[in-house]
Amino acid sequence: MTETKKIRFVQGNEACVEGAMYAGLDFFAGYPITPSTEIAEHLSERLPRNGGKFIQMEDEIASMCAIVGASLTGNKVMTATSGPGFSLKQEAIGYACMAEIPCVIANVQRGGPSTGNPTHVSQGDINQARWGTHGDHSIIALTASNHQDIFEITVDAFNLAETYRTPVILLLDEAVGHMREKLVIPEKGELPIVDRLRTSLGKDVDYHPYLPREDGRLPMSDFGGEHRYNVTGLYHDMWGFPSNNPTVVNQLLRHIVDKIENNIHSITRYKEHYLEDAQYILISYGSSARSAIQLAEDRRKKGEKIGVLELQSIWPFPSEVIREKCARARAVLVVEMNMGQVMAQVKAAVEKPKRVFLANRFDGKLITPHDIKSLLRMVQGRGV
Amino acid sequence: MDAIRLVFSGSGGQGVITAAIILAEAAVIYSGKNATQTQSYGAAARGGVTRTDIIISEGVINYPGVIQPNVLMTLTQEAYNATSSIVRPGGLVLTDPRFVETAKKVDAKQLELPMYEQVMTKIGKPIVYNICCLGALIGVTQILEPEAVLDVLDERIPKDFINMNHRAFDLGLVLGSQYQYRRFT
Repeated sequence: MTETKKIRFVQGNEACVEGAMYAGLDFFAGYPITPSTEIAEHLSERLPRNGGKFIQMEDEIASMCAIVGASLTGNKVMTATSGPGFSLKQEAIGYACMAEIPCVIANVQRGGPSTGNPTHVSQGDINQARWGTHGDHSIIALTASNHQDIFEITVDAFNLAETYRTPVILLLDEAVGHMREKLVIPEKGELPIVDRLRTSLGKDVDYHPYLPREDGRLPMSDFGGEHRYNVTGLYHDMWGFPSNNPTVVNQLLRHIVDKIENNIHSITRYKEHYLEDAQYILISYGSSARSAIQLAEDRRKKGEKIGVLELQSIWPFPSEVIREKCARARAVLVVEMNMGQVMAQVKAAVEKPKRVFLANRFDGKLITPHDIKSLLRMVQGRGV
Repeated sequence: MDAIRLVFSGSGGQGVITAAIILAEAAVIYSGKNATQTQSYGAAARGGVTRTDIIISEGVINYPGVIQPNVLMTLTQEAYNATSSIVRPGGLVLTDPRFVETAKKVDAKQLELPMYEQVMTKIGKPIVYNICCLGALIGVTQILEPEAVLDVLDERIPKDFINMNHRAFDLGLVLGSQYQYRRFT
């Protein structure tokens, strides 16, 4: 029975919950919203049973603030939301960027803007994940197209949040969040887990919360514990106290951007499907990647050399990987469920932006292999 | 057989979604296969036509939607009218004469099984109707071992209701087995 016990048949949202528990989630604060509700629902049961804390807050702003505070005190934290809730969380996400507080924000995307299309799929929050909060900053955003990958990318999200002391956005979508499929839960130890880097300084030693070690990382001290220090959303010095000294401002902004952008090679995640000899490359991510892979497999059977580059990290945008993989392609089709948010990035990345096309759908329906095929045939010059 | 695509449609509250989840779970956990299950969310889940798509396959399943089902089980007239045309030519349409009057123009094997009547005369509780339908579907198509479904029932259903569900499943299974049809792919 132990063998069958590890195999589950669950929704994508539950796969995210399982990944979070595996990664060592301690604290969740949230406000339920379709289509992310199952994440809160299942964590409300799982977390307390495993020594964690679950709080349903009065709204999304409070939820985001609660996880930021809980993280500072030494917990691995997350919240989950969708469209309108994600908008509300932006201010505190910016605070977490500035104060360098690890946290994971799952956004199960639905149609927007505003309350939009609550029960239907969209991938319209790509740019909001990058620039939803104001001011220069950098951010990590991950995504996945199937439940096994959702599990693993959720674990990755926690690991990256701890490694780089930054908010990490998990960009899921309604189709994959609500769909049920197989999930095999890995044994403990099968996937690496990154734990909080804590300071080794003792109780009475002066601790500088924002003084980087030689490797650039900032060891943390559980807030309210052994060390007293200041945390602020203002530009701050190594003690955490506000400063508008131009040198301090310049260095801090460079630091919070560079710590992510300079590590793009360690952060970038993608999968290749039939890419080796592909003449036409489909670039996709999340649930739409499933349709892209389906089409590639169908067309391969007819001898057409179609491949899929599936992005699993959207931000920082993997421009170099895309440029390299698409260098020999006759054309690139970006398959997504918005009006071309990733396509714009792909066009900027490749050498021949005029050979980049958009196969999209934004009516709340999951894009079908047939939708993509129609555009592909036009690009191939085969008519509709 | 590469993959079997099924669509269940009916009215919100009939239990078609639950039946779909049980079937797909039986395929994944107790039959070693892959399966996906998707469903319509929103207003349709509360009274309108509900629809759920299931794919069962030995291999990896990519696109989870079903365009042309091999097997269509439809449990209300409204659902039948809305979905009967999508069945794959040569496929199977399973209905209940208590709720659905079938049309002749469908290019598929149409099977009308009195599942509701069986449940009401032998058990008397409509709540297990969906499980009887699932039994009939397994009996007709033989796509999974009945034991796999029974294992899921044992896991999901509260102890006091297990016997009733087993009886409903068996009623459907016996009924369906008399009309085996396996050329739906």
